Amino acid sequence: MIAAFALCLAAVQHPTQVLVWGGDAEGGAPFVEADPADPSRVRGFDVEVAARIARGLGRRSAQFLQVQWSNIDQSVERGDFAIGLSGVEDTPARRARHAVTLPYFEFREVLAVRPEDASRILGLTDLRGRRVATLGSTIAYDMLLGARDSTGLIAISYDDDVHPYSDLVAGRVDAVLLDHIIAQRALRRRGGTGFVILAQPVAIGHYVGVLAQANSALRDSVDLVLREAMRDGSLEQIFRRWNVWDDSQGAFFERVLRGGMAAQAARTATSNQVLAYVPSLARAAVVTLLVSILSMTLAVIAGLALASGRVYGRSVLRVATTLYIEIIRGTPLLLQLFVIYYGLAGVVRLPAFIAAILALGLNYAAYEAEIYRGALEAVPRIQLEAGRTLGFSELQILRLIRGPQALRYALAPMTNDFVALLKDSALVSVITVVELTKQTAIYATNIGSWVVPGALCAIVYLAMSLPLSRLARRLERRWKAP
Amino acid sequence: MSALLRIDQLSVRFDGREVLRALSLEVARGELVALMGPSGVGKTTALRAVAALLPFDSGEIVVDGFALSPGPVPQESRLVALRRRVGFVFQAHALFEHLTALDNVTLALRHVLGKTRAEAETIATALLAELDVGARAVAWPRQLSGGEAQRVAIARALAPDPPLLLMDEPTAALDPARRSVLGATLRRLCQQGRGLLVSTHDAEFARAHADRVITLTA
Repeated sequence: MIAAFALCLAAVQHPTQVLVWGGDAEGGAPFVEADPADPSRVRGFDVEVAARIARGLGRRSAQFLQVQWSNIDQSVERGDFAIGLSGVEDTPARRARHAVTLPYFEFREVLAVRPEDASRILGLTDLRGRRVATLGSTIAYDMLLGARDSTGLIAISYDDDVHPYSDLVAGRVDAVLLDHIIAQRALRRRGGTGFVILAQPVAIGHYVGVLAQANSALRDSVDLVLREAMRDGSLEQIFRRWNVWDDSQGAFFERVLRGGMAAQAARTATSNQVLAYVPSLARAAVVTLLVSILSMTLAVIAGLALASGRVYGRSVLRVATTLYIEIIRGTPLLLQLFVIYYGLAGVVRLPAFIAAILALGLNYAAYEAEIYRGALEAVPRIQLEAGRTLGFSELQILRLIRGPQALRYALAPMTNDFVALLKDSALVSVITVVELTKQTAIYATNIGSWVVPGALCAIVYLAMSLPLSRLARRLERRWKAP
Repeated sequence: MSALLRIDQLSVRFDGREVLRALSLEVARGELVALMGPSGVGKTTALRAVAALLPFDSGEIVVDGFALSPGPVPQESRLVALRRRVGFVFQAHALFEHLTALDNVTLALRHVLGKTRAEAETIATALLAELDVGARAVAWPRQLSGGEAQRVAIARALAPDPPLLLMDEPTAALDPARRSVLGATLRRLCQQGRGLLVSTHDAEFARAHADRVITLTA
């Protein structure tokens, strides 16, 4: 790993040698994917575009650096690589923040719907009150957010471009809005069945290369190479090889070469833009709070049941509860979220919000159970015996003697867990629940900076967790016998 | 008159080791019996067997007509009659830490005997006053001295008015003056018609206050 790191460092420091470019192989073909013949290499049209650019710039080769798709802009500004190419969309915000190349590919934002809906749904306006999925941090997502107010549709954001389509087929969402390349790929994967792609595009967009703001000189050179590649047909060959060439691309190249594709008017983040996100952050904070409170309620109830099983149960129940606790604590919450939401989809199709609460609640129940077991066992045995000699039943001893004392022991660790859960609830964004952290990430991507969104997000989390800690301290003081 | 407590040939084993062998004794109403002997000889074990807190292997225990047999400890639901007959004062007092002295005493009155809060508090207040800790009724257990905690524990055990009171090493944490006050208190309980079985390794206390002394040997 150290060697690879040194290599990358050397590559960035000696630009004449190789062109280091960033992309996300998770995005898959035809953009960038791990080569099935040699998974250490990547292939795809963006890989070949990068190679063509490197050649045009007189570099020895192009070297790929894996980066998460939503982080390409931040990484290129950090100097992790010279240019980001991975289905990177041309947006005003991106042009305002970074040095962006000429567009090199024109895509259509298309709607996919279930076959039985194809006659009823012709555009976004037909989706009032329906759930429409897309990839987060994309033009499509911004379009859905924009359409939310005018058409009343419900925008659902995903972290990948596979699950929107599987959830469309499963009936969890009613439509998917994404680039036509992604839609066609998803349809091919399903053998051409399960959904249809509407012919009329919702919008037209373009893929570009993104460079650091300070790197505009290199960007200008890249633009020259791209024009040359459009002229000499090498770009067309690449797209044909990956089956993404159609007549509209030829017309698009014409327009670019004629100079009709001047950089769009750049838009900078204004204070209005910052303010525009405050309501959605507030909504997301409510989601975070709701998910946390409901999950914790489930965790406390299930945790009490598990702890009772461990402390009072017969051996079979003790083994079963111990097994549950160890399995849940020994596997990642992220995995449990995926299993409950996607894994169980064949058996029971849970709404994302319910799946999130179930996964978080059942996960935290294991930790709560251990807290309650410890607290119950911390009450001196001799007090339980004193209760028996006074004639209390086992249930009365639990209710009147053991329980109240155990609650006091459990209170501080329970509060800690709730504060932790508040923050762990950010994980549920992987199953399309847009909570505070996810909304912040969307906000940050759109305005191209983490400073203001990050600070706002931190303040909201603190505003939720600090009063909790204070409340717990007060309860502890009040209940504590001096 | 039949004995309040009769223990006949009581033997207890822990992990195959005999900790109590063929103990026989009787306690009559109004009688204070001291159970003496060095540490580890089985004094506490005998008291715990009478209170059905541990199983015994052979022999018989009869408390005011209620008989316990060898074998596992019966379920609490089958011990209701025994619980009404036997009070237990633990060596470590075992007061409920989350309740005041008064509430320690009223808890069983309210939730086992079904008395109202007012009735229970009247009884508890009188008991605490009788044991000279009336002024400590609202104190938490950890605010009490060793002697005070012990007297609250006695009041708690006496609240359901059991005829037999078992006490485990009541003098262990008391200075000589306190011991003699405790002795006088216990004598008063006997005069009320209760039977007391007290384990102790304090020979002077036993001689001064017990009607009979039974010495266990290893």
